[in-house]
Amino acid sequence: MSTDSKKTPYNPPVLEFKSSTFSVPVLVLTSNDLTLIDEQLQAKIQLAPEFFKNSPLILDLQELNKQSIDFEVEQLIGLIRNLGLLPVGVRGGNVQQNTQAVGLGLPVYSITSSAGLIESQKQKTIQPYPVVETSKESIGSENSSTTLITQPIRSGQRIYASGDLVVLAQVSAGAEIMAEGNIHVYSVLRGRALAGVQGNLEARIFCSDLQAELVSIAGTYKISEDLDETVRNKPVQVYLQNDNLIIKDIL
Amino acid sequence: MARIIVVTSGKGGVGKTTTSAAIAMGLAKKGHKTAVIDFDVGLRNLDLIMGCERRVVYDFINVINGEATLNQALIRDKNCNQLYILPASQTRDKDALSQEGVGKILEDLAKDFKYIVCDSPAGIEKGAHLAMYYADDAFVVTNPEVSSVRDSDRMLGILSSKSRRAEQNQEPIKEYLLLTRYSPERVKLGEMLSVDDVQEILSLHLLGVIPESKSVLNASNSGLPVILDEKSDAGQAYIDIVARYLGEDRPHRFIDDKKGFFGKLFNRSK
Ligand SMILES: Nc1ncnc2c1ncn2[C@@H]1O[C@H](COP(=O)(O)OP(=O)(O)OP(=O)(O)O)[C@@H](O)[C@H]1O
Ligand SMILES: [Mg+2]
Repeated sequence: MSTDSKKTPYNPPVLEFKSSTFSVPVLVLTSNDLTLIDEQLQAKIQLAPEFFKNSPLILDLQELNKQSIDFEVEQLIGLIRNLGLLPVGVRGGNVQQNTQAVGLGLPVYSITSSAGLIESQKQKTIQPYPVVETSKESIGSENSSTTLITQPIRSGQRIYASGDLVVLAQVSAGAEIMAEGNIHVYSVLRGRALAGVQGNLEARIFCSDLQAELVSIAGTYKISEDLDETVRNKPVQVYLQNDNLIIKDIL
Repeated sequence: MARIIVVTSGKGGVGKTTTSAAIAMGLAKKGHKTAVIDFDVGLRNLDLIMGCERRVVYDFINVINGEATLNQALIRDKNCNQLYILPASQTRDKDALSQEGVGKILEDLAKDFKYIVCDSPAGIEKGAHLAMYYADDAFVVTNPEVSSVRDSDRMLGILSSKSRRAEQNQEPIKEYLLLTRYSPERVKLGEMLSVDDVQEILSLHLLGVIPESKSVLNASNSGLPVILDEKSDAGQAYIDIVARYLGEDRPHRFIDDKKGFFGKLFNRSK
């Protein structure tokens, strides 16, 4: 209990540094319009409120600086915090911005580690963590990551796949499945299914029996009430065409 | 090897305690040494259904806290000497239960008993979680109505992700559906879901259907598990369920009309 080290020449170590890797979403901004950012970020959060709740996040300033857009780090951080996210650092800032960040208690990270990622994924503004509550196996490898689920997804369970999601069992009402890519359900889909959650307009949902509470492609959605009787209880695909959500037979 | 059975539901008042008492008695009467544990701390009533409320000295929490031994707390059933009851505490609150404490008790019981039946409290909070955590088999008690089915589905999700078997990547808990308080007449009138409706939603192995029956109330008033009332429909339904669980092949009874609410609504053929 004592901090007096004179009497005890040897104190056993009470701390240790370890190196760990965490996966943290990175928010890339391309405008300084606070209202617009607020609006669009809220919309993203709405898609997966539980994932974003108290989620850590790194703010990427590279695009803003590239386009010489003026902004205040403090304002951006304030806005992000107001939406319930927890910024844990910035990257891609200039000396002045970095000083501001450190002043706000935020570490500065280097951009080099994943510069390529930003180039190749301009669409993406935010990457939530993959959270899987049920057993999950990955098939395929490297870049083509497909998440395969063989167990029923029950009410209250939530699946997030950073690539495609293939489900071989039923998805219950009250369950929620999300994928950045396509979703395939080879059984009854009764819960909520959201494909292309990072804005991939090409993503589709396929299921062998549509009874969903909600289907969404890149944020455009239909709720159960809006589903046409002609597509209910049928094998269908869901996709976007000129911003319209199309639901039709798989042929 | 002992088998730990949790009787669970999510929703309250669906017949968990009635079922726990009945199947524990049924297993014991088949000659298997069985213990039934009341996990409903603060609302104990398994002892009432089992008719041993006047013989409670120590409870589950006393054993967890080391204030009594397991042998002191276990009450031998007056009708069947293979059956023992571990009552819940009426006076403590739920926080007195700990995962390690429960694990230790189950481990000790497993040395001596063939079946350990855990009567879960309603809800998905701590008590229900602890009741199912160590289970090998789950009897999911469901009433034929939408909210009960939804809660059972929720509980199934928890069983498959938050149990010891799930956490340690072992073979998953075996899940069985027990549809209780079933009334074919009300199904016919469209006031209740049918067996088929429920099975279609839950896709779960049906262990049996227990009809809505006055004999359940009579049994609990007299402190005898309804399975001992062999003339009653509910008693027979539980006898069937125990037999099926032990591997016997018995046709389902008490079902009658098969097409219910959903069937009519969507005119589905399956
Ligand atoms: N098959 C049945 N027919 C008629 N009544 C029944 C039947 N099963 C249970 N009941 C009645 O339903 C009520 C609740 O039963 P029980 O106490 O077994 O439910 P429970 O799920 O344990 O409730 P809780 O969630 O409060 O622990 C009791 O009054 C009981 O008599
Ligand atoms: Mg009960």
